[in-house]
Amino acid sequence: MDILLHPVTQALIKIAIIVMGFVMALGTVLTLMERKWMSAVQDRIGPNRANVGRFTGHGALHIAADGLKSIFKEDTIPKGVDLLIFGLAPFFGFISAMTVWAVIPFAAPLGPVTFQITDVNIGILLVLALTSLGVYGAVLAGWSSNNKYALLGAARASAQMLSYEIFLGLSLVGLFMVYGSVQVSTLVEQQNTYWFGDVIPKWGMFTQPVALVLFFTAMLAESKRLPFDAPEGESEIIAGYFMEYSGMRWSAFMLAEYITVVGIAALTTTLFLGGYNVPWLHQDGFHLFGGFLPVPAWLVLLLQIGSFITKVVLLCWFIIILRWTVPKFRFDQTMELGWKKLLPVSLANVAVTALVLLAIDTWHL
Amino acid sequence: MTANVKTITVDRGEGLMEALYLPAILIGLGLTVRHFMRNMFGKRDVVTIQYPEEQRRVSPRYRGRHRLTVREDGFIKCVACYMCEEICPSHCIHIDAGEVPDKSVEKYPVVFDIDELRCVFCGLCVEACPKDAIRMDTGIIALAASHRDSFDYTRDLLKDVYHENEKTKFRSVPLPLTEEEALPESVGRIVR
Repeated sequence: MDILLHPVTQALIKIAIIVMGFVMALGTVLTLMERKWMSAVQDRIGPNRANVGRFTGHGALHIAADGLKSIFKEDTIPKGVDLLIFGLAPFFGFISAMTVWAVIPFAAPLGPVTFQITDVNIGILLVLALTSLGVYGAVLAGWSSNNKYALLGAARASAQMLSYEIFLGLSLVGLFMVYGSVQVSTLVEQQNTYWFGDVIPKWGMFTQPVALVLFFTAMLAESKRLPFDAPEGESEIIAGYFMEYSGMRWSAFMLAEYITVVGIAALTTTLFLGGYNVPWLHQDGFHLFGGFLPVPAWLVLLLQIGSFITKVVLLCWFIIILRWTVPKFRFDQTMELGWKKLLPVSLANVAVTALVLLAIDTWHL
Repeated sequence: MTANVKTITVDRGEGLMEALYLPAILIGLGLTVRHFMRNMFGKRDVVTIQYPEEQRRVSPRYRGRHRLTVREDGFIKCVACYMCEEICPSHCIHIDAGEVPDKSVEKYPVVFDIDELRCVFCGLCVEACPKDAIRMDTGIIALAASHRDSFDYTRDLLKDVYHENEKTKFRSVPLPLTEEEALPESVGRIVR
Protein backbone atom coordinates (compact mmCIF):
# COMPACT_ATOMS: atom_id res chain seq x y z
CA MET A 1 0.00 0.00 0.00
CA ASP A 2 2.89 2.36 0.79
CA ILE A 3 4.39 1.94 -2.63
CA LEU A 4 1.04 2.83 -4.18
CA LEU A 5 0.97 6.11 -2.25
CA HIS A 6 4.53 7.04 -3.17
CA PRO A 7 4.42 10.24 -5.26
CA VAL A 8 6.33 8.69 -8.18
CA THR A 9 4.07 5.63 -8.36
CA GLN A 10 1.03 7.86 -8.09
CA ALA A 11 2.30 10.12 -10.87
CA LEU A 12 3.00 7.14 -13.14
CA ILE A 13 -0.44 5.65 -12.54
CA LYS A 14 -2.06 9.01 -13.21
CA ILE A 15 -0.03 9.54 -16.38
CA ALA A 16 -1.09 6.13 -17.63
CA ILE A 17 -4.77 6.69 -16.84
CA ILE A 18 -5.03 10.30 -17.96
CA VAL A 19 -2.81 10.21 -21.04
CA MET A 20 -3.56 6.77 -22.40
CA GLY A 21 -7.07 6.35 -21.05
CA PHE A 22 -8.45 9.81 -21.64
CA VAL A 23 -6.37 12.11 -23.82
CA MET A 24 -5.27 9.61 -26.46
CA ALA A 25 -8.68 7.98 -26.50
CA LEU A 26 -10.58 11.24 -26.84
CA GLY A 27 -8.10 12.54 -29.44
CA THR A 28 -8.49 9.41 -31.53
CA VAL A 29 -12.26 9.43 -31.26
CA LEU A 30 -12.28 13.09 -32.26
CA THR A 31 -10.63 12.24 -35.60
CA LEU A 32 -13.79 10.33 -36.44
CA MET A 33 -16.20 12.65 -34.66
CA GLU A 34 -14.86 15.63 -36.58
CA ARG A 35 -15.81 13.92 -39.81
CA LYS A 36 -19.20 12.79 -38.51
CA TRP A 37 -20.07 16.17 -36.99
CA MET A 38 -18.88 18.09 -40.02
CA SER A 39 -21.09 15.99 -42.23
CA ALA A 40 -24.05 16.63 -39.95
CA VAL A 41 -23.43 20.35 -40.34
CA GLN A 42 -23.21 19.94 -44.11
CA ASP A 43 -26.33 17.72 -44.42
CA ARG A 44 -24.32 14.61 -45.21
CA ILE A 45 -23.97 11.25 -43.45
CA GLY A 46 -20.22 10.92 -43.12
CA PRO A 47 -18.02 7.84 -42.94
CA ASN A 48 -20.05 4.65 -42.36
CA ARG A 49 -18.46 2.06 -44.65
CA ALA A 50 -15.65 0.38 -42.68
CA ASN A 51 -17.02 -2.95 -41.56
CA VAL A 52 -16.22 -6.31 -40.04
CA GLY A 53 -18.76 -8.65 -41.55
CA ARG A 54 -22.04 -6.82 -41.16
CA PHE A 55 -20.92 -4.70 -38.19
CA THR A 56 -20.09 -1.09 -38.97
CA GLY A 57 -20.92 0.65 -35.67
CA HIS A 58 -22.12 3.74 -37.56
CA GLY A 59 -18.57 4.36 -38.77
CA ALA A 60 -16.79 3.65 -35.48
CA LEU A 61 -14.55 1.12 -37.22
CA HIS A 62 -13.08 3.90 -39.33
CA ILE A 63 -10.84 4.73 -36.37
CA ALA A 64 -9.24 1.28 -36.61
CA ALA A 65 -9.26 1.40 -40.40
CA ASP A 66 -7.46 4.74 -40.45
CA GLY A 67 -4.87 3.54 -37.98
CA LEU A 68 -4.20 0.32 -39.86
CA LYS A 69 -4.05 2.14 -43.15
CA SER A 70 -1.47 4.67 -42.02
CA ILE A 71 0.67 1.98 -40.39
CA PHE A 72 0.85 -0.08 -43.57
CA LYS A 73 1.17 2.85 -45.92
CA GLU A 74 4.50 3.50 -47.58
CA ASP A 75 6.52 6.07 -45.67
CA THR A 76 7.91 8.22 -48.45
CA ILE A 77 11.02 10.23 -47.60
CA PRO A 78 11.90 12.74 -50.30
CA LYS A 79 15.40 13.42 -51.57
CA GLY A 80 17.52 15.97 -49.73
CA VAL A 81 15.65 15.67 -46.44
CA ASP A 82 17.43 16.23 -43.13
CA LEU A 83 16.62 12.77 -41.84
CA LEU A 84 17.14 13.27 -38.12
CA ILE A 85 15.02 16.42 -37.87
CA PHE A 86 12.47 15.11 -40.38
CA GLY A 87 11.98 12.07 -38.18
CA LEU A 88 11.85 13.97 -34.91
CA ALA A 89 9.60 16.87 -35.96
CA PRO A 90 6.24 15.06 -35.74
CA PHE A 91 6.84 14.30 -32.09
CA PHE A 92 7.54 17.87 -30.98
CA GLY A 93 3.97 18.92 -31.58
CA PHE A 94 2.81 15.70 -29.99
CA ILE A 95 4.90 16.16 -26.85
CA SER A 96 3.95 19.80 -26.33
CA ALA A 97 0.28 18.93 -26.72
CA MET A 98 0.60 16.08 -24.22
CA THR A 99 2.57 17.82 -21.48
CA VAL A 100 -0.26 20.32 -20.91
CA TRP A 101 -2.03 17.52 -19.07
CA ALA A 102 0.64 17.48 -16.36
CA VAL A 103 -1.15 20.24 -14.44
CA ILE A 104 -4.83 19.71 -15.30
CA PRO A 105 -6.86 18.61 -12.25
CA PHE A 106 -9.71 16.15 -12.81
CA ALA A 107 -11.24 16.44 -9.36
CA ALA A 108 -10.60 17.98 -5.96
CA PRO A 109 -7.96 16.13 -3.90
CA LEU A 110 -9.37 13.36 -1.72
CA GLY A 111 -7.18 12.84 1.34
CA PRO A 112 -3.63 12.04 0.17
CA VAL A 113 -4.76 11.30 -3.39
CA THR A 114 -4.79 14.19 -5.88
CA PHE A 115 -6.42 13.88 -9.25
CA GLN A 116 -3.77 15.88 -11.01
CA ILE A 117 -0.43 14.53 -12.23
CA THR A 118 1.58 17.28 -10.57
CA ASP A 119 0.56 20.52 -8.90
CA VAL A 120 3.61 22.69 -9.64
CA ASN A 121 3.46 26.15 -8.14
CA ILE A 122 4.20 27.88 -11.46
CA GLY A 123 1.18 26.03 -12.92
CA ILE A 124 -0.15 27.93 -15.89
CA LEU A 125 3.25 29.46 -16.69
CA LEU A 126 4.53 25.93 -17.23
CA VAL A 127 1.64 25.31 -19.61
CA LEU A 128 2.42 28.48 -21.55
CA ALA A 129 6.08 27.47 -21.80
CA LEU A 130 5.23 23.98 -23.00
CA THR A 131 2.63 25.02 -25.56
CA SER A 132 5.11 27.46 -27.03
CA LEU A 133 7.37 24.48 -27.72
CA GLY A 134 4.74 23.30 -30.19
CA VAL A 135 6.02 25.79 -32.75
CA TYR A 136 9.19 23.70 -33.08
CA GLY A 137 7.21 20.82 -34.52
CA ALA A 138 5.90 22.97 -37.36
CA VAL A 139 9.12 24.89 -37.98
CA LEU A 140 11.43 21.88 -37.95
CA ALA A 141 9.08 19.85 -40.14
CA GLY A 142 8.93 22.59 -42.74
CA TRP A 143 12.63 23.34 -42.51
CA SER A 144 13.82 19.76 -42.91
CA SER A 145 11.43 18.81 -45.72
CA ASN A 146 13.48 20.33 -48.56
CA ASN A 147 10.37 21.82 -50.08
CA LYS A 148 9.47 25.45 -50.67
CA TYR A 149 5.80 25.06 -49.81
CA ALA A 150 6.72 23.34 -46.58
CA LEU A 151 9.16 26.12 -45.76
CA LEU A 152 6.51 28.76 -46.47
CA GLY A 153 4.11 26.91 -44.20
CA ALA A 154 6.73 26.72 -41.49
CA ALA A 155 7.43 30.44 -41.81
CA ARG A 156 3.73 31.22 -41.50
CA ALA A 157 3.32 28.82 -38.59
CA SER A 158 6.21 30.33 -36.65
CA ALA A 159 5.07 33.92 -37.24
CA GLN A 160 1.48 33.13 -36.31
CA MET A 161 2.21 31.05 -33.25
CA LEU A 162 4.77 33.47 -31.85
CA SER A 163 2.45 36.47 -32.35
CA TYR A 164 -0.56 34.84 -30.76
CA GLU A 165 1.51 33.59 -27.85
CA ILE A 166 1.98 37.17 -26.68
CA PHE A 167 -1.63 37.85 -25.90
CA LEU A 168 -2.24 34.25 -24.98
CA GLY A 169 -0.09 35.10 -21.98
CA LEU A 170 -1.49 38.63 -21.61
CA SER A 171 -5.10 37.45 -21.65
CA LEU A 172 -4.40 35.32 -18.58
CA VAL A 173 -2.82 38.12 -16.56
CA GLY A 174 -6.25 39.47 -15.62
CA LEU A 175 -7.23 35.99 -14.44
CA PHE A 176 -4.11 35.73 -12.30
CA MET A 177 -4.93 39.09 -10.73
CA VAL A 178 -8.50 38.08 -9.92
CA TYR A 179 -7.59 34.75 -8.35
CA GLY A 180 -4.19 35.82 -7.04
CA SER A 181 -2.33 32.70 -8.12
CA VAL A 182 -0.85 30.87 -11.10
CA GLN A 183 -1.10 27.50 -9.39
CA VAL A 184 -3.76 25.46 -11.11
CA SER A 185 -5.27 23.88 -8.00
CA THR A 186 -5.71 27.30 -6.40
CA LEU A 187 -7.20 28.74 -9.58
CA VAL A 188 -9.79 25.98 -9.71
CA GLU A 189 -10.62 26.14 -5.99
CA GLN A 190 -11.04 29.91 -6.25
CA GLN A 191 -13.59 29.38 -8.99
CA ASN A 192 -15.80 27.53 -6.51
CA THR A 193 -16.43 30.74 -4.54
CA TYR A 194 -19.62 32.69 -5.16
CA TRP A 195 -21.02 36.15 -5.71
CA PHE A 196 -24.28 37.56 -4.38
CA GLY A 197 -24.69 35.09 -1.56
CA ASP A 198 -23.94 31.71 -3.16
CA VAL A 199 -25.69 32.30 -6.48
CA ILE A 200 -23.29 33.14 -9.32
CA PRO A 201 -20.07 31.09 -9.25
CA LYS A 202 -16.88 33.08 -9.75
CA TRP A 203 -15.93 31.13 -12.84
CA GLY A 204 -13.37 32.64 -15.19
CA MET A 205 -16.05 33.19 -17.82
CA PHE A 206 -17.95 35.50 -15.44
CA THR A 207 -15.01 37.30 -13.87
CA GLN A 208 -13.01 37.67 -17.09
CA PRO A 209 -15.35 37.33 -20.10
CA VAL A 210 -13.07 39.27 -22.45
CA ALA A 211 -10.12 37.15 -21.45
CA LEU A 212 -12.12 34.03 -22.32
CA VAL A 213 -12.64 35.22 -25.90
CA LEU A 214 -9.00 36.31 -26.21
CA PHE A 215 -7.61 33.13 -24.72
CA PHE A 216 -9.82 30.91 -26.81
CA THR A 217 -8.90 32.77 -30.01
CA ALA A 218 -5.21 32.61 -29.20
CA MET A 219 -5.42 28.91 -28.42
CA LEU A 220 -7.22 28.25 -31.71
CA ALA A 221 -4.44 30.09 -33.52
CA GLU A 222 -1.87 28.01 -31.62
CA SER A 223 -3.58 24.84 -32.78
CA LYS A 224 -3.56 26.10 -36.41
CA ARG A 225 -7.17 25.11 -36.87
CA LEU A 226 -9.59 26.59 -39.29
CA PRO A 227 -10.10 30.28 -38.75
CA PHE A 228 -6.32 30.43 -38.46
CA ASP A 229 -5.15 27.64 -40.74
CA ALA A 230 -3.02 29.79 -43.04
CA PRO A 231 0.10 27.70 -42.12
CA GLU A 232 -1.61 24.66 -43.62
CA GLY A 233 -3.46 26.58 -46.31
CA GLU A 234 -4.61 23.73 -48.57
CA SER A 235 -5.62 26.13 -51.31
CA GLU A 236 -2.35 27.99 -51.59
CA ILE A 237 0.54 26.03 -50.05
CA ILE A 238 -1.00 22.53 -50.32
CA ALA A 239 -0.59 21.33 -46.75
CA GLY A 240 2.09 23.69 -45.53
CA TYR A 241 4.75 22.45 -43.21
CA PHE A 242 3.81 18.74 -43.24
CA MET A 243 3.17 18.30 -46.94
CA GLU A 244 6.13 15.93 -47.44
CA TYR A 245 5.03 13.60 -44.68
CA SER A 246 3.19 10.37 -45.35
CA GLY A 247 2.01 7.28 -43.55
CA MET A 248 2.32 7.12 -39.79
CA ARG A 249 4.42 10.29 -39.52
CA TRP A 250 1.62 12.24 -41.16
CA SER A 251 -0.85 10.61 -38.79
CA ALA A 252 1.28 11.81 -35.90
CA PHE A 253 0.71 15.40 -37.06
CA MET A 254 -3.01 14.83 -37.39
CA LEU A 255 -3.28 13.12 -34.03
CA ALA A 256 -1.24 15.92 -32.44
CA GLU A 257 -3.76 18.38 -33.83
CA TYR A 258 -6.66 16.56 -32.17
CA ILE A 259 -4.77 16.16 -28.93
CA THR A 260 -4.15 19.90 -29.06
CA VAL A 261 -7.91 20.36 -29.43
CA VAL A 262 -8.50 18.27 -26.32
CA GLY A 263 -5.76 20.27 -24.58
CA ILE A 264 -7.39 23.58 -25.51
CA ALA A 265 -10.70 22.32 -24.23
CA ALA A 266 -9.13 21.17 -20.96
CA LEU A 267 -7.26 24.45 -20.40
CA THR A 268 -10.31 26.57 -21.19
CA THR A 269 -12.38 24.40 -18.86
CA THR A 270 -9.84 24.65 -16.07
CA LEU A 271 -9.28 28.39 -16.36
CA PHE A 272 -12.66 29.73 -17.43
CA LEU A 273 -15.39 27.14 -16.96
CA GLY A 274 -14.67 26.35 -13.33
CA GLY A 275 -12.53 23.28 -13.98
CA TYR A 276 -14.00 20.23 -12.35
CA ASN A 277 -16.43 22.29 -10.25
CA VAL A 278 -20.12 21.56 -10.41
CA PRO A 279 -22.05 24.76 -9.65
CA TRP A 280 -22.92 25.03 -5.93
CA LEU A 281 -21.29 21.68 -5.14
CA HIS A 282 -18.77 21.91 -2.30
CA GLN A 283 -16.79 19.07 -0.76
CA ASP A 284 -19.68 18.16 1.58
CA GLY A 285 -22.66 18.79 -0.71
CA PHE A 286 -24.76 21.37 -2.51
CA HIS A 287 -25.15 24.85 -1.01
CA LEU A 288 -27.75 27.08 -2.64
CA PHE A 289 -29.88 29.93 -1.22
CA GLY A 290 -28.91 28.87 2.27
CA GLY A 291 -30.24 25.38 1.65
CA PHE A 292 -27.94 22.38 2.01
CA LEU A 293 -28.05 18.95 0.41
CA PRO A 294 -25.38 16.58 1.72
CA VAL A 295 -23.61 14.43 -0.86
CA PRO A 296 -21.26 11.53 0.01
CA ALA A 297 -17.57 12.07 -0.82
CA TRP A 298 -17.43 9.38 -3.51
CA LEU A 299 -20.39 10.91 -5.33
CA VAL A 300 -18.77 14.36 -5.14
CA LEU A 301 -15.67 12.84 -6.74
CA LEU A 302 -17.66 11.19 -9.51
CA LEU A 303 -19.68 14.35 -10.13
CA GLN A 304 -16.50 16.39 -10.39
CA ILE A 305 -14.80 14.01 -12.82
CA GLY A 306 -18.02 13.79 -14.81
CA SER A 307 -18.44 17.54 -14.93
CA PHE A 308 -14.83 18.01 -16.07
CA ILE A 309 -15.14 15.43 -18.84
CA THR A 310 -18.52 16.79 -19.94
CA LYS A 311 -17.15 20.32 -20.18
CA VAL A 312 -14.10 19.13 -22.12
CA VAL A 313 -16.17 17.11 -24.58
CA LEU A 314 -18.63 19.96 -25.10
CA LEU A 315 -15.77 22.36 -25.77
CA CYS A 316 -14.20 19.90 -28.23
CA TRP A 317 -17.54 19.80 -29.98
CA PHE A 318 -17.65 23.59 -30.01
CA ILE A 319 -14.14 23.88 -31.45
CA ILE A 320 -15.03 21.44 -34.22
CA ILE A 321 -18.34 23.13 -35.05
CA LEU A 322 -16.51 26.46 -35.07
CA ARG A 323 -14.17 25.07 -37.73
CA TRP A 324 -17.14 24.37 -40.01
CA THR A 325 -18.66 27.78 -39.35
CA VAL A 326 -15.94 30.36 -39.71
CA PRO A 327 -14.19 31.01 -43.01
CA LYS A 328 -10.43 31.10 -43.04
CA PHE A 329 -8.46 34.28 -42.41
CA ARG A 330 -5.90 35.28 -45.02
CA PHE A 331 -2.41 35.25 -43.53
CA ASP A 332 -2.08 39.05 -43.39
CA GLN A 333 -5.55 39.24 -41.82
CA THR A 334 -4.44 36.76 -39.16
CA MET A 335 -1.48 38.95 -38.27
CA GLU A 336 -3.55 42.13 -38.39
CA LEU A 337 -6.19 40.66 -36.12
CA GLY A 338 -3.52 39.58 -33.68
CA TRP A 339 -1.34 42.66 -33.50
CA LYS A 340 -3.77 45.49 -34.23
CA LYS A 341 -6.92 44.26 -32.54
CA LEU A 342 -6.44 41.47 -30.03
CA LEU A 343 -3.19 42.76 -28.50
CA PRO A 344 -4.62 46.22 -27.62
CA VAL A 345 -7.78 44.58 -26.30
CA SER A 346 -5.80 42.23 -24.07
CA LEU A 347 -3.69 45.12 -22.74
CA ALA A 348 -6.86 47.11 -22.04
CA ASN A 349 -8.34 44.08 -20.30
CA VAL A 350 -5.34 43.92 -17.97
CA ALA A 351 -5.59 47.65 -17.22
CA VAL A 352 -9.34 47.59 -16.59
CA THR A 353 -9.09 44.51 -14.40
CA ALA A 354 -6.35 46.15 -12.37
CA LEU A 355 -8.42 49.32 -11.91
CA VAL A 356 -11.53 47.39 -10.90
CA LEU A 357 -9.56 45.28 -8.43
CA LEU A 358 -7.98 48.42 -7.00
CA ALA A 359 -11.39 50.06 -6.64
CA ILE A 360 -12.75 46.98 -4.87
CA ASP A 361 -9.74 46.96 -2.55
CA THR A 362 -9.87 50.67 -1.80
CA TRP A 363 -13.58 51.11 -1.17
CA HIS A 364 -14.28 47.54 0.01
CA LEU A 365 -17.03 47.04 -2.55
CA MET B 1 -18.79 63.09 -72.10
CA THR B 2 -19.93 61.64 -68.84
CA ALA B 3 -22.96 59.47 -68.77
CA ASN B 4 -25.57 60.22 -66.18
CA VAL B 5 -25.11 57.11 -64.06
CA LYS B 6 -27.27 56.56 -61.05
CA THR B 7 -25.25 55.64 -57.96
CA ILE B 8 -26.65 53.31 -55.37
CA THR B 9 -25.02 53.17 -51.97
CA VAL B 10 -24.95 49.57 -50.85
CA ASP B 11 -24.87 48.86 -47.14
CA ARG B 12 -21.88 46.60 -46.61
CA GLY B 13 -22.64 46.37 -42.89
CA GLU B 14 -19.63 48.40 -41.79
CA GLY B 15 -19.55 49.59 -38.25
CA LEU B 16 -18.77 48.39 -34.78
CA MET B 17 -20.87 45.21 -34.91
CA GLU B 18 -19.17 44.13 -38.12
CA ALA B 19 -15.69 45.04 -36.89
CA LEU B 20 -16.22 42.95 -33.75
CA TYR B 21 -16.59 39.74 -35.82
CA LEU B 22 -18.27 38.01 -32.90
CA PRO B 23 -21.93 38.80 -33.72
CA ALA B 24 -21.44 37.52 -37.26
CA ILE B 25 -19.69 34.40 -35.98
CA LEU B 26 -22.56 33.79 -33.55
CA ILE B 27 -25.11 34.06 -36.37
CA GLY B 28 -23.06 31.59 -38.38
CA LEU B 29 -22.81 29.27 -35.40
CA GLY B 30 -26.58 29.41 -35.06
CA LEU B 31 -26.92 28.13 -38.62
CA THR B 32 -24.38 25.34 -38.31
CA VAL B 33 -25.66 24.21 -34.92
CA ARG B 34 -29.21 24.15 -36.26
CA HIS B 35 -28.14 21.88 -39.10
CA PHE B 36 -26.09 19.77 -36.68
CA MET B 37 -28.96 19.29 -34.24
CA ARG B 38 -31.44 18.45 -36.97
CA ASN B 39 -29.16 15.87 -38.56
CA MET B 40 -27.90 14.32 -35.32
CA PHE B 41 -31.03 14.24 -33.18
CA GLY B 42 -34.01 15.44 -35.15
CA LYS B 43 -35.42 14.54 -38.51
CA ARG B 44 -32.44 13.71 -40.66
CA ASP B 45 -32.43 15.72 -43.81
CA VAL B 46 -29.28 14.52 -45.53
CA VAL B 47 -28.83 14.64 -49.26
CA THR B 48 -26.49 11.64 -49.37
CA ILE B 49 -27.51 8.64 -51.46
CA GLN B 50 -26.02 5.47 -49.94
CA TYR B 51 -24.73 4.48 -53.32
CA PRO B 52 -24.41 0.77 -53.92
CA GLU B 53 -27.49 0.01 -51.85
CA GLU B 54 -29.57 2.99 -52.87
CA GLN B 55 -29.37 4.17 -56.40
CA ARG B 56 -30.44 7.38 -57.84
CA ARG B 57 -33.35 6.91 -60.19
CA VAL B 58 -32.63 8.33 -63.59
CA SER B 59 -34.99 9.93 -66.05
CA PRO B 60 -36.59 7.66 -68.69
CA ARG B 61 -34.61 9.41 -71.41
CA TYR B 62 -31.29 8.53 -69.78
CA ARG B 63 -29.16 6.37 -72.08
CA GLY B 64 -27.97 3.51 -69.92
CA ARG B 65 -26.85 0.00 -70.78
CA HIS B 66 -28.55 -1.55 -73.81
CA ARG B 67 -31.18 -4.21 -73.71
CA LEU B 68 -32.69 -6.36 -76.45
CA THR B 69 -36.47 -6.38 -76.40
CA VAL B 70 -38.51 -9.55 -76.92
CA ARG B 71 -41.78 -10.37 -78.65
CA GLU B 72 -44.85 -11.51 -76.74
CA ASP B 73 -43.87 -15.14 -77.31
CA GLY B 74 -40.49 -14.44 -75.70
CA PHE B 75 -38.52 -14.63 -78.93
CA ILE B 76 -36.02 -11.85 -79.60
CA LYS B 77 -37.38 -8.97 -81.70
CA CYS B 78 -34.15 -8.36 -83.58
CA VAL B 79 -34.21 -9.38 -87.23
CA ALA B 80 -30.45 -9.08 -87.73
CA CYS B 81 -30.71 -6.29 -90.30
CA TYR B 82 -27.30 -4.90 -89.35
CA MET B 83 -28.61 -1.30 -89.22
CA CYS B 84 -27.27 -0.71 -85.73
CA GLU B 85 -23.94 -2.33 -86.48
CA GLU B 86 -23.68 -0.11 -89.55
CA ILE B 87 -24.48 3.20 -87.80
CA CYS B 88 -22.45 2.54 -84.65
CA PRO B 89 -19.68 5.17 -84.60
CA SER B 90 -17.48 3.15 -82.32
CA HIS B 91 -17.99 -0.22 -84.02
CA CYS B 92 -18.92 -1.95 -80.81
CA ILE B 93 -21.81 -4.07 -82.09
CA HIS B 94 -21.19 -7.43 -83.75
CA ILE B 95 -24.03 -9.42 -85.27
CA ASP B 96 -24.07 -12.86 -86.95
CA ALA B 97 -27.39 -13.62 -88.64
CA GLY B 98 -29.16 -16.99 -88.71
CA GLU B 99 -32.26 -18.18 -90.56
CA VAL B 100 -35.71 -18.56 -88.95
CA PRO B 101 -38.36 -20.89 -90.47
CA ASP B 102 -40.97 -18.15 -89.79
CA LYS B 103 -41.04 -16.42 -93.20
CA SER B 104 -42.39 -13.14 -91.76
CA VAL B 105 -39.14 -12.65 -89.85
CA GLU B 106 -36.61 -14.58 -91.95
CA LYS B 107 -33.53 -13.75 -89.84
CA TYR B 108 -32.52 -13.62 -86.19
CA PRO B 109 -29.17 -12.85 -84.54
CA VAL B 110 -27.22 -15.98 -83.65
CA VAL B 111 -24.59 -13.70 -82.15
CA PHE B 112 -25.38 -10.19 -80.93
CA ASP B 113 -22.37 -8.84 -79.02
CA ILE B 114 -21.89 -5.34 -77.67
CA ASP B 115 -18.47 -4.37 -76.37
CA GLU B 116 -19.64 -1.96 -73.68
CA LEU B 117 -16.10 -0.69 -73.19
CA ARG B 118 -16.06 0.71 -76.73
CA CYS B 119 -19.65 1.99 -76.64
CA VAL B 120 -19.96 5.76 -76.39
CA PHE B 121 -23.65 5.63 -75.38
CA CYS B 122 -24.71 7.87 -78.25
CA GLY B 123 -28.00 6.08 -78.79
CA LEU B 124 -27.72 5.92 -82.59
CA CYS B 125 -28.37 2.15 -82.59
CA VAL B 126 -31.72 2.80 -80.88
CA GLU B 127 -32.60 5.43 -83.46
CA ALA B 128 -31.57 3.22 -86.37
CA CYS B 129 -33.47 0.09 -85.33
CA PRO B 130 -36.57 -0.42 -87.49
CA LYS B 131 -38.06 -3.04 -85.15
CA ASP B 132 -37.65 -1.33 -81.73
CA ALA B 133 -35.45 -4.28 -80.84
CA ILE B 134 -32.69 -2.42 -79.04
CA ARG B 135 -33.27 0.10 -76.28
CA MET B 136 -31.10 1.93 -73.74
CA ASP B 137 -33.79 2.45 -71.10
CA THR B 138 -32.50 0.01 -68.46
CA GLY B 139 -31.43 2.74 -66.07
CA ILE B 140 -28.11 0.96 -65.51
CA ILE B 141 -25.78 3.91 -65.21
CA ALA B 142 -22.68 2.28 -63.80
CA LEU B 143 -21.07 -0.76 -65.35
CA ALA B 144 -18.29 -2.11 -63.20
CA ALA B 145 -16.35 -5.35 -63.37
CA SER B 146 -12.85 -6.57 -62.63
CA HIS B 147 -12.22 -8.16 -66.05
CA ARG B 148 -12.32 -6.70 -69.51
CA ASP B 149 -14.15 -9.79 -70.75
CA SER B 150 -17.06 -8.96 -68.48
CA PHE B 151 -17.91 -6.01 -70.70
CA ASP B 152 -18.51 -8.18 -73.77
CA TYR B 153 -22.27 -8.42 -73.47
CA THR B 154 -23.72 -11.31 -75.42
CA ARG B 155 -27.22 -11.62 -76.80
CA ASP B 156 -28.64 -13.51 -73.85
CA LEU B 157 -27.12 -11.16 -71.31
CA LEU B 158 -28.60 -8.18 -73.13
CA LYS B 159 -31.98 -9.87 -73.21
CA ASP B 160 -31.97 -10.69 -69.54
CA VAL B 161 -31.67 -7.31 -67.88
CA TYR B 162 -33.41 -7.25 -64.60
CA HIS B 163 -31.52 -9.56 -62.30
CA GLU B 164 -30.64 -9.43 -58.66
CA ASN B 165 -27.09 -9.01 -57.49
CA GLU B 166 -26.33 -12.32 -55.80
CA LYS B 167 -23.92 -10.83 -53.28
CA THR B 168 -25.85 -7.84 -52.00
CA LYS B 169 -29.36 -9.09 -52.78
CA PHE B 170 -30.13 -5.63 -54.03
CA ARG B 171 -31.92 -5.14 -57.24
CA SER B 172 -29.14 -3.95 -59.49
CA VAL B 173 -31.43 -1.87 -61.61
CA PRO B 174 -33.54 0.94 -60.21
CA LEU B 175 -36.74 1.55 -62.05
CA PRO B 176 -36.55 4.49 -64.42
CA LEU B 177 -38.57 7.47 -63.34
CA THR B 178 -41.76 8.55 -64.93
CA GLU B 179 -41.70 11.94 -66.56
CA GLU B 180 -43.56 13.59 -63.65
CA GLU B 181 -41.21 12.10 -61.11
CA ALA B 182 -38.08 13.00 -63.03
CA LEU B 183 -38.59 16.71 -63.40
CA PRO B 184 -38.87 17.96 -59.81
CA GLU B 185 -35.98 15.70 -58.74
CA SER B 186 -33.69 17.08 -61.37
CA VAL B 187 -33.75 20.65 -60.07
CA GLY B 188 -32.31 19.49 -56.73
CA ARG B 189 -33.76 19.74 -53.30
CA ILE B 190 -33.82 23.09 -51.56
CA VAL B 191 -33.09 22.57 -47.89
CA ARG B 192 -35.31 24.44 -45.44
